[in-house]
Amino acid sequence: MFPLSANWRRPEFRQGFFDMLSVAPGIAAWGLMTGVAMVKSGMTTLEALAMSLLVFAGSSQLAAIPLLLAGAPMWIILATAFCVNLRFVVFSAHMRPYVMHLPRWQRLVTGYFTADLTYVLFVKRFAKPADSEEGRAGQMAYLAGNGGINWFSWVSFSVLGVVLANFIPTAWGLGFAGVLALTGILCSLATSRLRWVSAGVAGTTAVAAFALPLKLNILVAIAAAVALCLLLEKRPSQAPEVETP
Amino acid sequence: MMEFFSSGLSAYADTNTLWTIFWMAVITVISRSFFFISDTPWTLPAWAQRGLQYAPIAALSAVVIPEVVMTQGLFIHTLMDARLYGFVGGAVYFFWRKGAGQAVLGTIISGMAVYLPLHIGLGW
Repeated sequence: MFPLSANWRRPEFRQGFFDMLSVAPGIAAWGLMTGVAMVKSGMTTLEALAMSLLVFAGSSQLAAIPLLLAGAPMWIILATAFCVNLRFVVFSAHMRPYVMHLPRWQRLVTGYFTADLTYVLFVKRFAKPADSEEGRAGQMAYLAGNGGINWFSWVSFSVLGVVLANFIPTAWGLGFAGVLALTGILCSLATSRLRWVSAGVAGTTAVAAFALPLKLNILVAIAAAVALCLLLEKRPSQAPEVETP
Repeated sequence: MMEFFSSGLSAYADTNTLWTIFWMAVITVISRSFFFISDTPWTLPAWAQRGLQYAPIAALSAVVIPEVVMTQGLFIHTLMDARLYGFVGGAVYFFWRKGAGQAVLGTIISGMAVYLPLHIGLGW
């Protein structure tokens, strides 16, 4: 995690930093428009700032805003936030072997900073957890560099969006840059036929199941895509395919 | 400056709302750390470990595709939508460059270069 200075000195930190840097403009535009959306939907400046600085989860923020404004009970808002975040629970199962060597508080901080793209870029770069202490330190430094710049571009631009909300028209559609950032990473992950299948199935399922509440369509889509890909694998007893670098 | 602040920014915050925001941050930590909060030794079954390699691309696709082909929860029934061409433009750039160098940045830039004129200029 990036608050630890031991991570900054490693070359992997810079690698992670630069891998995320090329996506950062998309993240920034997306954060900006999330900031604008929070204020335009009626939150006060202070509330919107607190949310930008603390919550660090765009989709759960956007899902919670209407509930907050409607005066919904806190447990309903928190349950909603958790459900919208369920994909992170799946990611955490994947991340577990990479981080279990850390003390618990460091794992929790690392988890906090591991948003969608940080996770995706990390497991793309490291197909397997390292088996030496040196390797593990390098992987954590990569995660820190990549998560750090992601956090910084998201948070600083959502704060900017909150402050400038009345001057930035949502009609321009700048938030679409965020979708394009995700699209670029999506393309970079399409390295095998089954991954194409996974993308196709997940995209179709997410559209078909869009009517589900709490963004559960995303979770259903991941489950459907993973299940189908496992069924289509020819030799299920073999080790996972290793990505070509 | 004061005028600027009084025009839009407000320092007011509801205490309940601030608590809710704080607990939402805790939810972020819990959901992102869910399977590594506990120290108890535990490993995923092998099939699940294999399956997880398909999860990242599935998650991205599940987020991206509805953002491109749906409006307010409904499938769009028009080809005059700037998002379609922005998405295709970005993806074409990526595969044209074969993902080399700053391909993701290029995807964002070329996608927006297609999207913005159609969206702002033509209102698609």
